[in-house]
Amino acid sequence: MNADAPLFFATAARTGKKWLERDRSMVFAAILLAVIAIPCFLAPITAPYDPYELHNMVLLSDAPPSLLYPLGTDHYSRDVLSRLLYGGRLSLSIAVFATLVSVTVGTAYGAITGYAGGIVSAILERILDTLLAIPRLLLLIAIFAAWRELPIKAFVVILGLTGWYGLARLVRGQVLALKAQDFVASASALGATRTRILIRHILPNVVTPVVVAATLGVGHVILLEAGLSWLGVGIPVPEPSWGNMIQDGSQSPILSHWWIGFFPGLAIVLTVMAFNVLGDGLLRALSPRQSNK
Amino acid sequence: MTQPLLSVENLRTYFHDETAVARSVDGVSFVVNAGETLGIVGESGCGKSVTALSILRLVQAPGRIEAGSRILFEGKDLVTLDDAGMRAIRGNRISMIFQEPMSALNPVFSVGDQVAEVARVHGTGSRKDAWNRAVEMLTLTGIPSPAERAKQYPHQLSGGMRQRVLIAMALIMNPALVIADEPTTALDVTIQAQILELLVDLRNRFGTSILMITHDLGVIAETATRVLVMYGGEIVEEAPVETLFESAHHPYTEGLMNAMPQITESRERLNVIPGTVPPPTAWPSGCRFRDRCPYSWEKCADEHPPLYQIAEGHTSRCHLAVEPERRAHPHLPLVEQIGATL
Repeated sequence: MNADAPLFFATAARTGKKWLERDRSMVFAAILLAVIAIPCFLAPITAPYDPYELHNMVLLSDAPPSLLYPLGTDHYSRDVLSRLLYGGRLSLSIAVFATLVSVTVGTAYGAITGYAGGIVSAILERILDTLLAIPRLLLLIAIFAAWRELPIKAFVVILGLTGWYGLARLVRGQVLALKAQDFVASASALGATRTRILIRHILPNVVTPVVVAATLGVGHVILLEAGLSWLGVGIPVPEPSWGNMIQDGSQSPILSHWWIGFFPGLAIVLTVMAFNVLGDGLLRALSPRQSNK
Repeated sequence: MTQPLLSVENLRTYFHDETAVARSVDGVSFVVNAGETLGIVGESGCGKSVTALSILRLVQAPGRIEAGSRILFEGKDLVTLDDAGMRAIRGNRISMIFQEPMSALNPVFSVGDQVAEVARVHGTGSRKDAWNRAVEMLTLTGIPSPAERAKQYPHQLSGGMRQRVLIAMALIMNPALVIADEPTTALDVTIQAQILELLVDLRNRFGTSILMITHDLGVIAETATRVLVMYGGEIVEEAPVETLFESAHHPYTEGLMNAMPQITESRERLNVIPGTVPPPTAWPSGCRFRDRCPYSWEKCADEHPPLYQIAEGHTSRCHLAVEPERRAHPHLPLVEQIGATL
């Protein structure tokens, strides 16, 4: 916050290096994630083919992995590797942006609920309790089944807007605990307004649990998107996503044409696992008692 | 005499719940003059901290300052001042030093930022100016290599250093009055002495008045010019510091003095005042100290003692002022007698 930015970055780099030395599982997760995510986000460069191109409906339908098509082709003779890369780009983007929506709404809602007190908090808490009682998956199936031709932006926003309740609760609890701390009393004794106390003094202390929850949240949304797409209410075909690629795979006999569903499934499992390990690692690394030692 | 800096008149701060009213501060009046250190001393639960919080209007619900209380400061009544006006006073004209130097600092910001934050809240100059002033304040509070220390976080500093940071935060706006609520309680004795010395030094340098709240008569002796002794939400004795130590009048003050260990005498046990402070929801009628007092008689149960004038600047809320001969015949305090019959 002060003028000493280079020092800040140097310190951050040093502590970052220390985490990595201390936490090998996190290094592993970070590398795994980079190996999966970077080629996906560079899909237009890394993909060998156009993901929509039907190579040869007759000769190349359900072709097994080969030199020309490293992960095989699907029922419509499209290249599985290219679809996997483009699908990964979409699935990861959806997960990241939906989580951003969740984190923003959840943090704001939780902070206000925890900080306001009185009737405002009581009402916001009851609303939150009600929202938590709605089964998310069923609600999403209902929305997406009813709303055909859903633009992807709307899909992301709806995923995000149904995923912030747990985070709001987490933030609310943290804010309640922080509100009772002496430094908050001290800030108000030194003349800060309530809004300033919330934004400048309380929220920076909530960053750690929010970052951790967000990391775990990305993995969760990837699974959710896959589930919805597999059920046929997610990303509409022919747009590739990891979820609807598995759906494609289940249209052909699975055991004899395993490559169509297996590779997107593997990508989902590895990515979600990486996010989970990363979240746990961040939690350990960002705990104030452990850093800077 | 000139206009006092702060004048508290009949301050009553009560905590209300469904079943009871806790009268934590119950009709307290005093003044703080410019440049002086006024000590408020008393046991836990006597109302001294609530008095301090009331002055800054930081008493949390369900507590509230009752109608009829007045806190006059620089021509304004702080009891009726609007929130914006109150914020302009907090940290700027009146500031507060808290007891726990660890928890009173925000763990995620550097200490320099936290000192500068006070200057920024009160809107003077740029971010850079605020930072420079913060470093200057840290220098004044005797922190070695302040420019580097300012970039460190609270957990990287020792308890004494952190208390110096809090003092820098309290003094950066050069307030007229600093309220120090047990500023040295959490520190070990050698650091305590340094911090008290620093406070006295800064007071002399800037002409700041200090309201020193403590349970430790040693702290009072080292810093205060005048002392208020509080008991049961009231002031029971007020005197210049020398007078208080030489000729305390109120039996409670006497008890506090006797409870101080003396280095010259060898005792097997420390003297204590028997019993505890009664709950603020049920102050006894008459004198609130009478159950613990070795001199109490019928009058103490019947009549709530007023503040009697003992000498110039010395008052005491004890009927002994009109019947001084009773001091020669102490008896076992009532709480002890009950204990003996059980």
